[in-house]
Amino acid sequence: MSYLKLDAIDKRFGNVAAVSGLNLEVAPGECVAMLGPSGCGKTTTLRMVAGFEDIDGGEIRAGDRVLSSKAKNYYLPPEKRDFGMVFQAFAVWPHLSVFENIAFPLRIRKLPADEIRRRVDEALRHTNLTALADSRPDDLSGGGKQRIALARALAIRPKVMLLDEPLSSLDPHFREEMRFEIKDIQRRLGFSILYVTHDQSEAMALSDRILVMKQGVVQQIGSPRDVYYRPANRFVFSFIGLSSFLRVRFTGGRMQVDDLALPFDAVDEAPAELVGVGEGVLAVRPSDVDFVDEGGLRGTVRRRSSLGEIVDYQIAVGSQTLRVQKTRHEPGPQVGETCGVRFAMSNWYPLTDASEG
Amino acid sequence: MTGSFRFGTPQILFGLAVAILVIFVAVPVLLIFFNALWVNGSLNIADMVKVLSERETYKALINSLILASGVTVTGTIVGTFFAWLVTRTDLPYKGAMKVLFLVPFMLPSFIGALAWKMLLSPRSGYINRFFIETLGFPGPIFDIYTYQGIILVETMYLFPFVFIQVCGALERMDPTLEESARISGADLFTITRKITIPLVAPSILSGALLIMLYSMAHFGTVAMLGIEAGIYNIPTLIYERIHQSAGSFAAIRTGTVLSTVLVIAAALIIWLQNRVLSKGRYQIIAGKSFRPTEIRLRGLRLPLLAFCIAYIGFTIVLPTTTIFLVGGLKTYGLPIAVENMTFDNYHHILFEWDLTRDAIWNSIGLGLAAALITMFAGVIISYVIVKMKVPGKGLLEFLGMLPFSVPGSVIALGVILAWSGKYGINIYNTIWIILVAYIARYMAFALKANSAALEQVHDSLVEAARASGATMWQALRDIVIPLVRPGMVAAFFLIFLPALRELTVSVLLYGPTTRTIGVAIYTLNEDGETVYAAAMAGVALIIIVTAEVVVKRVFKIEK
Amino acid sequence: MTSVRIDGLSKSFGGRKILHDLDLTVEAGESFTLLGPSGCGKTVLMRLLAGFDRPDAGTIRIGDRLVAGDGADVPPDRRGLGMVFQDYAVWPHMSVADNVAYPLKIARTAADERDRRTRRAIGQVGLAGLEARMPSQLSGGQQQRVALARALVSEPSLLLLDEPLNNLDANLREEMRFEIRELQQKLGITVIYVTHDQEIALAIADRIGVMDETGRLRQVGTPDDVFDRPIDAFVYRFLGVANFVPMRRVGATWLFPDGAAVWPGEAPGLAGEHATFGCRPFDIELARDGDGLAGVVRRASFLGAQMDYLIEAGGVTFRAATDSRRALDPAQRFEEGETCRLAFRGSQWFDTAVADIEGGAR
Repeated sequence: MSYLKLDAIDKRFGNVAAVSGLNLEVAPGECVAMLGPSGCGKTTTLRMVAGFEDIDGGEIRAGDRVLSSKAKNYYLPPEKRDFGMVFQAFAVWPHLSVFENIAFPLRIRKLPADEIRRRVDEALRHTNLTALADSRPDDLSGGGKQRIALARALAIRPKVMLLDEPLSSLDPHFREEMRFEIKDIQRRLGFSILYVTHDQSEAMALSDRILVMKQGVVQQIGSPRDVYYRPANRFVFSFIGLSSFLRVRFTGGRMQVDDLALPFDAVDEAPAELVGVGEGVLAVRPSDVDFVDEGGLRGTVRRRSSLGEIVDYQIAVGSQTLRVQKTRHEPGPQVGETCGVRFAMSNWYPLTDASEG
Repeated sequence: MTGSFRFGTPQILFGLAVAILVIFVAVPVLLIFFNALWVNGSLNIADMVKVLSERETYKALINSLILASGVTVTGTIVGTFFAWLVTRTDLPYKGAMKVLFLVPFMLPSFIGALAWKMLLSPRSGYINRFFIETLGFPGPIFDIYTYQGIILVETMYLFPFVFIQVCGALERMDPTLEESARISGADLFTITRKITIPLVAPSILSGALLIMLYSMAHFGTVAMLGIEAGIYNIPTLIYERIHQSAGSFAAIRTGTVLSTVLVIAAALIIWLQNRVLSKGRYQIIAGKSFRPTEIRLRGLRLPLLAFCIAYIGFTIVLPTTTIFLVGGLKTYGLPIAVENMTFDNYHHILFEWDLTRDAIWNSIGLGLAAALITMFAGVIISYVIVKMKVPGKGLLEFLGMLPFSVPGSVIALGVILAWSGKYGINIYNTIWIILVAYIARYMAFALKANSAALEQVHDSLVEAARASGATMWQALRDIVIPLVRPGMVAAFFLIFLPALRELTVSVLLYGPTTRTIGVAIYTLNEDGETVYAAAMAGVALIIIVTAEVVVKRVFKIEK
Repeated sequence: MTSVRIDGLSKSFGGRKILHDLDLTVEAGESFTLLGPSGCGKTVLMRLLAGFDRPDAGTIRIGDRLVAGDGADVPPDRRGLGMVFQDYAVWPHMSVADNVAYPLKIARTAADERDRRTRRAIGQVGLAGLEARMPSQLSGGQQQRVALARALVSEPSLLLLDEPLNNLDANLREEMRFEIRELQQKLGITVIYVTHDQEIALAIADRIGVMDETGRLRQVGTPDDVFDRPIDAFVYRFLGVANFVPMRRVGATWLFPDGAAVWPGEAPGLAGEHATFGCRPFDIELARDGDGLAGVVRRASFLGAQMDYLIEAGGVTFRAATDSRRALDPAQRFEEGETCRLAFRGSQWFDTAVADIEGGAR
């Protein structure tokens, strides 16, 4: 069952394809984050859903309502879509009080005064703003302003909330706090969220599914664990989390990194489909590499930096380098020592991967 | 910068800055107040009240108020409407329209007034004559020698103050402020009414106050159109008194009293404007940039475009054409027809008549000299204000910006008081007194441009040079000066261009051989040499527009 | 290679005391980091070292030379140091090569020598090929590399770095901190680095000086010293996320705030009745059962490499973290609402009240 449905969406700016053939369904109460490098089309997609951009192909529906349709040449303006939306730069109106900011969408809908009061109070309560109802927005901090924006979006009790990098203008301390506040409110009220962000830990903490985009094309849609542990391609792998890559040669049933042997028991999974190819790329997360006393792939510690709770190693393996991160409670070698490494969670990619570059 | 303090460099710069500002700005302004309040060496408020209670003086005060309020209201409405039209709607050719609406900024308004006089003076104006003689109207359809006439003409030239401020605010405004209203369910006209206009209200108000400030101190238009019907405002009354009595004490005193009133009014406006800017301005400037959604004018698109074109035609093309055509007439009053045209007038004023030829060279010379001197003085003073942490720099800043709020006629009067022999130097009736007044008047422009440029030069850029081994002088030479050069160039032209068309100051200071372009046009008109006045105005327009265009092309200066 | 010695340094601005009687010695060839919250006076100290400000009292010696105090006042251009600023301070009207060559030009170095050293410095920071570019054509990271090359080109014996990585994005910051460290070790110069970011400080310093907002040096030591053996709660808190728990002693046992749960580890040798116990998220080990402190998971967030937990136990809320890989095993994965046991692999005890710590570190 889905509420919001994007079907084969295309968008062009001049000759440049900003979004190509995008499909996405968002279930009621689900939170989907769109993640990708800047210019990948994630914001454009959100703005097409909001109605600020028209579409050059496909159809957008919410429930049984068509919002935008190329085939039917139909376009519902944003003010008729009944979505809540929160913007990066807060976009609260400085000439209106906190109360009036939140009441604005209700006044536009000509609700009776007592109903407006009731709904604004409710939105204020959800966002912990009750005491500040009569303040001016400019008297509030960035976090406070973003709460007003959130309350304003909640006031009409939307089924879908669109969030455009809502936390990136806040300082790190507030960012984390707000992240969980949004999640809590969503759980209580049960709306769906479509969310644009460039912060992957935010996307992981907040969303049920993550959509990774690159140059207007969807690379993967999946749960946070899916995109982290089973990335669809090398681009997704390197975009989500830290990554380290080793070039591996396959000769006579053996694996080699430069001249060094890579024992089969040093990888959790041998790349059956790549063995015949001759060469491939082993992709690992620095935290998924383990040190072993005996066996494994042999390397030399070139750098060891304590970053506090995490210790960061740079290991020379033949002519290549590998990055390893361990918590400080785990034992590890010192600079200059040789060590063995084992790859606990690994992904294999062809040497030339169309998703890179 | 501790290391080099012992060489005394900062003291030299500081002393120089103080000297320039005191001599050119502080002394003349203080002399005005002194002469207004002190009679024969003692404070005499009663005498001041007496001057103010004379019928002519308080009438001038009231006229100033009426004219300024009228122009402010109409100018604000016109400016806001056009600004909204070119930034928030799908009006065709918006970009070109925006440029055209700014053209009145570079045209001298007294030349416009001259043109409107030729078109709409009750008896001899071409339009009125057309209606009376050809269409058989009983009387003139519009009399330009009235309050409405003056307000209309001033509005044409002053509305860009609001236009430019509101355009800027609307263009820089975060589009998500409007988008969030849309997603809240509001349509575009509701958003304009409830969100957009209230958010730019401080910019509208600030532009409106600028119009008021300007109009209050405005000389040219009122002098051209008001004197005939006996409408005086403060600057024209000051001029009238000084001229009639050839510098007698009574006249000067009336002048200083009126000036004091004018300065107080101007200070009040500036104070209000600062309050609006500091307290009322909302943080509405965007980081991310999407183009704001345009309001579709639909059926109104072409009619509104036609309206804009008509407005521009009526306010820019018509008066300008009139100037050139009348300037080519054999005699004023003849119908405008090919057989009545001649180039002799232009030839005469350019090559034969000393009065006009001198005026052109005087204006160019004065403009260049004032611009150069003020530019260099401006660099020194703004360096002291922006970069040196010395006590008393607040006073320097105040002195430097003072001429912004002191109207031109007041500066001229102050310069007369200071430099006509009373204190040992008499340069009255020479070109030097005009130069001194120009320097005082335009110092604020130079400070603004140079301070803006200097503020871009972050301290760490200089410190990086010091850490690289450069002495303070080397850092100035290699880092500071190259980086403020654009500001200096901007300052030069911000002074040179307006100086070319200056009237208010020079009309009070000119002598027999020291007319400027503005003075020449004004006196020719007063003497009834309408055709020569128009021809001179035509030449002035060509010089001014050419200079503007060349400067903008070559140096790409943003106004 | 040169040492820096600061004795009894004091500086006030407008009646506000920023630095008071500060002593510090930085050894020749050492990478020293001043770590502290904003407004703690670390930048003021840097400006005194560079010579942009004059101390009210005290002396600064660079190598054997007295540069400030005791009548000495060597201007910045004669202190023979290199400096990199937070806002890059790359001269916008000069090309990359001209920026880097400027210190040599001022020193009247011969043209061919100047070209050679400019090229080498640009190469050292990885900008070879971009010599002719103007700063406006460079990214923030590249501009900061230009500033670094400019500071290195005259081969200064002392390099001052004032939060140079602050304006860069996270990835670039991570990359460049290692590069700066490698460059420092390769060239063997003395580096004084100012930052408020403890991860950068830990990554690039031989020794760290932790300053508090009153301008006092709380602790000076190796990264391991300040991280594992903090002298007080301020230092502990400033070096990373920390849980602080107000504990109460009853006889030989220490009780958690709920008054019932007992500290499971070895009792600290503290005489008072009240103390604060601190631990970091990774110090907490979660288990299904056992004799650890009993708790309930309030929130579990998957953040990629690590799992982040909020756990209620002993009357307080703990922040805990584990390697995500362990959480792949259902037996090791805790969901919201589940009960768990907490064991503490690391802990610090302070005889200060929690309120003082929380208030003092803001």
